Amino acid sequence: MDLFRSEEMVLVQLIMPAESAHDTITYLAELSLLQFRDLNPGKSPFQRTYANQVKRYAEMSRKLRFFHDQVAKAGKLAYRPIMENVTNLDELDHKLGDLESELLEINANNDKLQSSQSELMELKLVLQNGATLFHSTRHLENGQQLQSVLDDPSLEESVSRPLLLEQEMQTEPTKHGRLGFITGVVPKVKALSFERILFRATRGNMYLKQAPIDELVIDPATGEKVEKIVFVVFFSGSRARTKITKICEAFGANRYPFPEEPNRLWQMKSEVDERLSELQSTLDAGIYHRNNVLNNIGYSLEKWTLMVKKEKAVYHTLNMLSVDVTRKCLVAEAWCPVSAKPKIQDALQRAAYDSNSQVNTIFQILYTKESPPTFFETNKFTSAFQEIVDAYGVGRYQEANPGCFTIITFPFLFAVMFGDWGHGIALLLAALYLIINEKKFGSKQLGDIMNMAYGGRYVILLMAIFSIYTGFIYNEFFSVPFEIFGKSAYRCRDPSSSIASCMDASTAGLIKYSSTPYPFGVDPVWHGSRSELPFLNSMKMKMSILLGIAQMNLGIVLSYFNAKFFHSAIDIWYQFIPQLLFLNALFGYLSFLIILKWCQGSKPDLYHVMIYMFLSPIDDLGENQLFWGQRPVQIVLVLLALVAVPWMLLPKPLTLRKQHLQKARGQAYGVLDGSDTEDLDKGKEYEVEGEEFEFSEVLVHQMIHTIEFVLGAVSNTASYLRLWALSLAHAQLSAVFYDRVLLFAWEYSNPVIKLVGLFVFAACTVGVLLIMETLSAFLHALRLHWVEFQNKFYLGDGYKFHPFSFNTLSQDYEDDT
Amino acid sequence: MYGFEALYFNVDGGYLEAIVRGYRAGLLTAADYNNLCQCESLDDVKMHLAATDYGPYLANEPSPLHTTTIVEKCTQKLVDDYNHMLTQATEPLSTFLEYISYGHMIDNVVLIVTGTLHERDVHELLEKCHPLGMFDSIATLAVAQNLRELYRLVLVDTPLAPYFSECISSEDLDDMNIEIMRNTLYKAYLEDFYRFCQKLGGATATIMCDLLAFEADRRAVDITINSIGTELTRDDRRKLYSNFGLLYPYGHEELAVCDDFDQVRGTMDKYPPYQSIFAKLSFGESQMLDKAFYEEEVKRLCQAFEQQFHYAVFFAYIRLREQETRNLMWISECVAQNQKSRIHDGIVLIF
Repeated sequence: MDLFRSEEMVLVQLIMPAESAHDTITYLAELSLLQFRDLNPGKSPFQRTYANQVKRYAEMSRKLRFFHDQVAKAGKLAYRPIMENVTNLDELDHKLGDLESELLEINANNDKLQSSQSELMELKLVLQNGATLFHSTRHLENGQQLQSVLDDPSLEESVSRPLLLEQEMQTEPTKHGRLGFITGVVPKVKALSFERILFRATRGNMYLKQAPIDELVIDPATGEKVEKIVFVVFFSGSRARTKITKICEAFGANRYPFPEEPNRLWQMKSEVDERLSELQSTLDAGIYHRNNVLNNIGYSLEKWTLMVKKEKAVYHTLNMLSVDVTRKCLVAEAWCPVSAKPKIQDALQRAAYDSNSQVNTIFQILYTKESPPTFFETNKFTSAFQEIVDAYGVGRYQEANPGCFTIITFPFLFAVMFGDWGHGIALLLAALYLIINEKKFGSKQLGDIMNMAYGGRYVILLMAIFSIYTGFIYNEFFSVPFEIFGKSAYRCRDPSSSIASCMDASTAGLIKYSSTPYPFGVDPVWHGSRSELPFLNSMKMKMSILLGIAQMNLGIVLSYFNAKFFHSAIDIWYQFIPQLLFLNALFGYLSFLIILKWCQGSKPDLYHVMIYMFLSPIDDLGENQLFWGQRPVQIVLVLLALVAVPWMLLPKPLTLRKQHLQKARGQAYGVLDGSDTEDLDKGKEYEVEGEEFEFSEVLVHQMIHTIEFVLGAVSNTASYLRLWALSLAHAQLSAVFYDRVLLFAWEYSNPVIKLVGLFVFAACTVGVLLIMETLSAFLHALRLHWVEFQNKFYLGDGYKFHPFSFNTLSQDYEDDT
Repeated sequence: MYGFEALYFNVDGGYLEAIVRGYRAGLLTAADYNNLCQCESLDDVKMHLAATDYGPYLANEPSPLHTTTIVEKCTQKLVDDYNHMLTQATEPLSTFLEYISYGHMIDNVVLIVTGTLHERDVHELLEKCHPLGMFDSIATLAVAQNLRELYRLVLVDTPLAPYFSECISSEDLDDMNIEIMRNTLYKAYLEDFYRFCQKLGGATATIMCDLLAFEADRRAVDITINSIGTELTRDDRRKLYSNFGLLYPYGHEELAVCDDFDQVRGTMDKYPPYQSIFAKLSFGESQMLDKAFYEEEVKRLCQAFEQQFHYAVFFAYIRLREQETRNLMWISECVAQNQKSRIHDGIVLIF
């Protein structure tokens, strides 16, 4: 039984010659069976032996990341294989450096060209929009002037008005000549504050005209596409010019010259167009060249990245090894499964041979008191179940693994709550879909929920199969009963009417006419009849208790196997036996009564039996008597249960105390006997390693355990009743959807209503019953395993075995991209 | 609502408080500093920082590194954290966070104005500005010729506008004026921040007012020491002190008339919290004062994390990160210039 106990592990020491260390670690990583221990935890990363190599590979992976960004930026490219195939890492380092500088140079050139191109583009836009701006401004000016002249007669009250107007009119022609202007382009987001600052700086003595540019413009400075506007500022005076120039600079507004004469404007436009087309062709050539380079890089980028990652991981591991004083060999300590020893030795030999080392790596086993890591060899089927257990806690080294039982009990308990073979088939189809497309999904990055479903596909498969089985037992198919396994044993009270038209089935009930009961599961005609709920409730409740008691007993029995495996007689005698007695004296007896009652078909009240077994054990049982000698048996059972409590509580801590005292005395003798210093040292070591023993602590601990178990026996049994509750809820919900939605809609003759009804039914079935109910039943099954089952024996305080491996690295790479 | 922070604080501030406490856990510890001090080159520094919160910021920097790159990236980390919190914050926490950045704004304004006065390139100056104190029209500061213009053109749009009410004059800008302006602005800012914190009430008020009072007192001492021997009159000096803090008002009267460092010490010795700071310094020595104050500040900032449900943790976190950036700058400089013997002089350990 591989899954029952975790692999036997040993701590091994590898002493490898420095020259072959790198190859050795690489081979071992490919084997992925060793978990290295950090032997220099006190050293900071840059003080370690191979810090320089790690730095170098960090630098290389930085370059690779840069290439990755560049390739991603360039979009989808057709990768072409390059002629030379780089395998040597030194070569790769050189090559990466060359490629990087080449790419940087190309980029710098392109950027320069790009920025001059976008400058020209902006100039072109200014020239295009400027003309209209100027035109409208002139128009406006004339119009305003006209307006003011026209308005003049109406402003009679102002004495100075004509004077001002006169002045304005006098200066107008000259002023227009001196009026300076600046044209340019400014980002749209800054336009408003730009205008405000201009206004403030010139105290309002300026006129700003702006026109938005429709398409996005590439900013020459940053190379990003932004919305921009073209502006023209009119102002007067040279001080204003310097101010406005400064403000333009501050706002990142690019100024461009704008000729006033139309023919020069036209000439400039054509010049700009010409230069733009020239630049475009240069730029295209540059981009073509760059894409070429990137194509070459892109082809082997992934391979290189993986290569560098592997090297980096190898050096990280090498950094964890301690260096011998002579610096000629490295010492590694690692955990490995015992069964993997031959494989490791083989790999070591191959490594030594391939690296032409004269000395083989020395491989020896160290003996330690440390607890080894827990390692289960799982496959794709069992791993999901082991994950369920590990999510609660990784098992202590070599303790009994509940994962091995979970494979069957988990889907089964789920199915008890989810019993419906219609739903089961739907779930089965989903699981099969996931399993058939396993390879396709496995290579893809899935979403969170999809990933979860994919990871648990085999759990879902088993859950579905068991659901179909329990569905047949409950005789539910989307809450419709089917008569598959034979003839029903019941019929209507009115012999003339069939079951379907039986009027008093839900009031008076049915009568039995056949002596042979329905062969498998629940009789289909009971569905909807008077006796359906009382019968199903009683059956499911009792079944829940039986399943619960069985699983808890299994838990206790596993604690016996644990104790036996670890040679702990105390745990067998003072924990396992009283626990087993206590649980079975109360609830084991109840289970026995349930089965007996089923077999006899008698009608005693089991609640009454259980309650009065404690309250008045010597009273006459009356009609609750199920078998001969029941009273003395019950008295014995009650006494056993009562005795079991102190039995659990006291002997274990007392024995431990006694053992500790003996050990301490023995140790004292040991120290006295040995006169050498060596022996003294050994004694000291012993003291350090021996655990502190505090009697009160142990006692309290045991008390908590006992109380937990005694109370838990009751509460855990009650907790299993959730099996009944959830399966009832599931059956009722599906009945509601079927009766109230589908049948309700089917009564109408209108096909649209039928269609809507069908759609609502399907949506409810998938959304509520198949997804939500699956989740809730899953969670309850999880709880029953984690709490009710595992608390009987599972410590779960181990740590997982993480072998050093390249496989996890390639996964990392996929995550990164 | 005063004194019921525990009841309702988490509604708005719980998430961010958790975030900031998480950020705080990322601050470098004494062990980190110990390792950093042993670095041989800046690449070693990078390698060590790769394992800390700065890792992603430095990972894509090509070696060889420069001190400025390290400092820039560290500041970038702080700014990212700050912006993340600011975008998540609701009132009044967002205002509180904005208040924290005003100090940098003042420094940036002063930096640009001084720079243009000495005819430096604006873009070069902009690069030196602290990114926390940036505002839209900061580059336009270069246009202004005097304080009035400065205010009217640019600063009227910024949150600093109210602080300017006391220093609007038509005088041309010179070094002295700018320094006075900086201190006047700072005074107004601290007083405003102080009032705001008091308005917030609760633990925020208690802790923040304490921290701000310390800041105000430290500035008072700095102003006094820096103005000894300049033409600043005693009354003017008195005007630059913030009107709160432990030294207010009697300590200020005494500081205003101090003529040398020992007189300052004499004044400060009367205040027990500061006595311990000055006790560390030998007589006549004023160089180590900054470090002593920083150490005291860091101690107080760390204590802010001891209490829950208040905003002072945000202030404390930003300040501690800044201190960490200063430490890293010092370490990098020492490593780069091979002055490893002096490396311990400039570090203020945070934990």
